[in-house]
Amino acid sequence: MEILKQIKFLIEKEIKLEWRSKYAFSSLLLYLISTIFVCYLSFRQVSPITWNVLFWIIMLFVSINAVSKGFMQEGRDRQLYYYVLTSPQAIILSKIIYHTLLLLLLTAIALLFYTLVFNNPLGDPGLYLVAALLGSISFASVLTMISGIAAKASNGGTLMAILSFPVIIPLLMVLLKLSKNAMDGLDRSMSYNEISVLVLINTMVITASLLLFPYLWRD
Amino acid sequence: MTKNWWKWLGSVLVIYSLIAGLLWDVPHLPILHESIRNLYFHVPMWFTMIVLYLIAVLYSIKYLRSGNEKYDLVAVESVNTGIVFGFLGILTGMIWGNYTWGSPWPNDPKLNGAAITTLVYLAYIVLRNAIDEEQKKARISAIYNIFAFPVMIVLLFILPRLTDSLHPGNGGNPGFGRYDLDRNMRLVFYPACIGWILVGVWIATLRYRIRLIETILTAHKS
Repeated sequence: MEILKQIKFLIEKEIKLEWRSKYAFSSLLLYLISTIFVCYLSFRQVSPITWNVLFWIIMLFVSINAVSKGFMQEGRDRQLYYYVLTSPQAIILSKIIYHTLLLLLLTAIALLFYTLVFNNPLGDPGLYLVAALLGSISFASVLTMISGIAAKASNGGTLMAILSFPVIIPLLMVLLKLSKNAMDGLDRSMSYNEISVLVLINTMVITASLLLFPYLWRD
Repeated sequence: MTKNWWKWLGSVLVIYSLIAGLLWDVPHLPILHESIRNLYFHVPMWFTMIVLYLIAVLYSIKYLRSGNEKYDLVAVESVNTGIVFGFLGILTGMIWGNYTWGSPWPNDPKLNGAAITTLVYLAYIVLRNAIDEEQKKARISAIYNIFAFPVMIVLLFILPRLTDSLHPGNGGNPGFGRYDLDRNMRLVFYPACIGWILVGVWIATLRYRIRLIETILTAHKS
């Protein structure tokens, strides 16, 4: 139960830090809104398939930007301080949960603004929201560990992108299929396969993160 | 001789599969015709690549558990050799696809999966070059190697089965073994797979031994 307390405390700390430096979150928000607006100005009108793909590509880049600062912004000495105080599992889990919350918020805002500028009828809005939820969790779980790895190397920004793209493409392909099913309003039983693959990948990724993070942490 | 039996076995099997694969009788099927012989060369490349990447992951795990840098060298050299076999697999597949499917790169989940897998391991090589400190380099890249492996398994073995694919055995297509692979072909195909896997592992061990000598020499110089 010690670890649950630590996780709760660490998440509170992350939210407090985010709240204190509001400019970081607002710059992300501005990045998101301007990307959508650039897409709107260049495309004007999109077919339903492009609408879906474009949304996820925007979310991919916004997520990489949002998560990449997760480990880089904290200095070496502060990380050492956490290392003395808490277990590595608590740190990686709290980061994953915090990034999930952050990405959920961003996805919700993106979806709202995106449907406002590009109106596109959704066949099954409920399932589309499930896809957005699963997408945020998957992006957060994969990108948190990768950002931890990239932060250890020099020039982390570019490295973050090339390390995360190949790992995230399978997730993106399943997400695109699931959200397309939702957009076309197919019967929900058609999407169980995709949902179960997403849950499977997430379980594997989070387990791998829990096992590997202690080694990454030790410096 | 007794210690190197598997190297002999590998070379004999590869030479046998080259001769028998090009000369023996094959079933005459529409579209495929004589190009079915590519089965003996295309598929073993992928099996060898997967075996080499598996060795790399196992040695990365061993490295993290022990910190012995020899294990890290085994992992790197397995990945290096695996990438070469991956490219050979893509190349033989593109030639085959050009004649049977009409395009060297049709939109097929297995092709895309293979390309992404190659990207993962190229990223692994870039990550190694981005870190200067030897031990840190070995540790961080081992972590990435282990982290990417389960996703690769999903990519290569689960996703193609969910969607339609031109490859046999996926998306409702029957596997090759069902009616195309007759007894004669099996007699060449299985030895070819075993032979190429053994030769691939042999190449990796040779590269590992060269690398080991190089690190010892540089350690002596400094």
